[in-house]
Amino acid sequence: MGEKLLMKGNEVLGEAAIRAGCKLFFGYPITPQTELAEYLAKKMPKVGGLCLQAESEVAAINMVLGAASAGERVFTSSSSPGVSLKSEGISYIVGSDVPCVIVNVQRGGPGLGGIQPAQSDYYQATKALGHGDMHFIVLAPAYVQEIATLMGEAFDLADIYRMPVMILADGALGQMMEPVDFGEKKQREIPEKTWACNGHKNQRAHNVVNSLYISPEVLEEVVVERFKRYAEIEEKEVLFDEYMTEDADVVVVSYGITARIAKTAVKAAREKGIKAGLFRPISLWPFPKKELASLADKAKCFLSVEMNMGQMVDDIKVAIDCKKPVSHYGRTGGVIPTPDEILAKIVELNGGEN
Amino acid sequence: MIVFDKPKALTDTPFHYCPGCTHGIVHRLVAEVIDEMGIEGNTVGVAPVGCSVFAYNYFNCDVIQAPHGRAPAVATGVKRAHPDDFVFTYQGDGDLAAIGTAETVHSAARGENITIIFINNAIYGMTGGQMAPTTLPGQVTTTSPYGRKPEIQGNPVRICEMLSTLEGTAFAQRVAVDSVKNVKAAKAAIRKAFEVQKNKQGFSIVEVLSTCPTNWGLSPLKAIEWLRENMIPYYPLGVYKDKTEEAKVNE
Amino acid sequence: MSNILLAGFGGQGILFAGKQLVLAGMKQGKEVSWLPSYGPEMRGGTCNCSVIIEDEPIGSPLVIKPDILLAFNGPSYEKFAPNIVTGGKLFVDSSLVNFEGARDDIEIYPIPATTLANDNGLTGLANVIMLGYIVKKTGIFDAEYFENSLISGIPASKAHMIDFNKKALKLGFEYEG
Repeated sequence: MGEKLLMKGNEVLGEAAIRAGCKLFFGYPITPQTELAEYLAKKMPKVGGLCLQAESEVAAINMVLGAASAGERVFTSSSSPGVSLKSEGISYIVGSDVPCVIVNVQRGGPGLGGIQPAQSDYYQATKALGHGDMHFIVLAPAYVQEIATLMGEAFDLADIYRMPVMILADGALGQMMEPVDFGEKKQREIPEKTWACNGHKNQRAHNVVNSLYISPEVLEEVVVERFKRYAEIEEKEVLFDEYMTEDADVVVVSYGITARIAKTAVKAAREKGIKAGLFRPISLWPFPKKELASLADKAKCFLSVEMNMGQMVDDIKVAIDCKKPVSHYGRTGGVIPTPDEILAKIVELNGGEN
Repeated sequence: MIVFDKPKALTDTPFHYCPGCTHGIVHRLVAEVIDEMGIEGNTVGVAPVGCSVFAYNYFNCDVIQAPHGRAPAVATGVKRAHPDDFVFTYQGDGDLAAIGTAETVHSAARGENITIIFINNAIYGMTGGQMAPTTLPGQVTTTSPYGRKPEIQGNPVRICEMLSTLEGTAFAQRVAVDSVKNVKAAKAAIRKAFEVQKNKQGFSIVEVLSTCPTNWGLSPLKAIEWLRENMIPYYPLGVYKDKTEEAKVNE
Repeated sequence: MSNILLAGFGGQGILFAGKQLVLAGMKQGKEVSWLPSYGPEMRGGTCNCSVIIEDEPIGSPLVIKPDILLAFNGPSYEKFAPNIVTGGKLFVDSSLVNFEGARDDIEIYPIPATTLANDNGLTGLANVIMLGYIVKKTGIFDAEYFENSLISGIPASKAHMIDFNKKALKLGFEYEG
């Protein structure tokens, strides 16, 4: 255990990246994640790194593409509307098989939406952040401490699987301060970046980082190969947390900041004698399907709690093969649900008055 | 005695370009400069979207293929990660002067120490002859079938003139590849741009007036004539910015 | 367990005051969280922060029903005082807030923090005076411990502020209605 520091989630995103050996950040200001860029603007020059404010989100993600293609650890960050702008570059990064980390400190949408916390980019992050047959890893921290852990892990995963890893946070998590202990993360074994475009020094054939395959057969082969990697990730890299799910009748499924609010509600439900439990996916892609399915025989029902209109519901239904009913409780537009609201829904699902 | 040889910086892959297209000439000029400077091993090229999208197949240095218009941003990422590598982009007019205008202007404004080879042929080639930001007033394209009317489709963009106003631009020259003399001048300009980068003097761009016989609907020779008679008067050749000369004058 | 809500105008040092409580809790090994309101009103607008100091890991970081409310202006008092839990505590800057007809199911601790600050050459430190007062009245922290915690957080570049802060805390510690 190291020293505990009191830091904002946004600052921890930056500090954890530096500690993961990332020396390059390209971004553009947007509420509620700007403290991250401000932190890095101060800190990067002191560690021999670079924090560059780009002319747009579009430029920033392409600078990331460049630095990642050159073989360096690099990341960018934004909030919902800015992440939409990055989607083109993200698709190219996936198609080019280069690693990077992308942070989305979500706010309400669609459009300019609002600036308060939301989780309404779940679909975008897990299903369609960019054109083409594609996935990338999406990790949803719920605690400031967990940001530190997952950020380090994100860089490792990106390098190992040669793909973007997204940290999907929200405005509350970005803005809030909690104690954090950066400790020492054991770095995983990272494969050598033999594919990097960093000058062949007349010692190897030229490297090409590219996402264009004009022959359909070749493109198909490349995509199919990539999906084999996705299958491996689904097998090996699922992350989740559980609280009192063993005997739960009502399984609340919730991620990020909302999961901790739901946990308070689950505790309160237990005090009322209701067998409630909390299942918290940490990796949203790969989604913890098997682990959730294993709860479906015992549980009476599932409740998805999110700061959106129910974007995770279908993933839960698919995971449990629709064996049990799945309901949703959520607030959207930047409204944070209260433990009491969630508790009321749990009570209702448990058959009413308690 | 060898009187003609392929530059080492070009691969053996045959160019896919149409007959009479000047991309081949410009590729060769860039490759010759890389050879002469002996920098292939620490050069990273960035290919655009457009006819030269396959540039990664032709250059022997490392090459990254960028999204449409984003090559200067990608090049920025590479250069900032590896400041001692030579980084160049190779972009057409749609890529650089339409969809990628912001990336172009801001990489110049930042004085990114990269080199841009800008192919201006006043038309979208790969998609089949649509109006480009550099299409001349009156020029017929598939999306300006009655000729480009400035009052409807706006005016062409003069990139070298525009970028030369920016502090970060160290070198900007417009050349053409319509004659032996001009091809030699083009090569000298490309060399100069790479030297500027070598000396870490800032952003350098060489705009090359080029032909697109296929989409102009002209024979290669007629296309050269059209370039001379129509493009050069609108896009005058010359050095628009040269901080190295300014520095000499100030010494 | 304490769910504390601090609210007032931007510029009154609301977020700073909340951070001092959280830091003091963290150094004692408590679970703590600090969640600010954020928005376009960076200066002069309304501003609040949720502070939680607990023994157990913290669930929702948002304080909706505070055990303790620190109201630094009228609008904050009107907006949040109705949410205080029954038996909870209201600390209010009586130099700025009219709290006539306040609830009778809560404990009310008025202190003219802004006036005290101005009268003692401590303009801008009403927030620290308020901190001293709540620490003393709630016993949430030992007064000396809290003072050390706050002072140790003042950077060397602002060393000249140490005595002012000590003086402000003392005014709060010793204030008796």
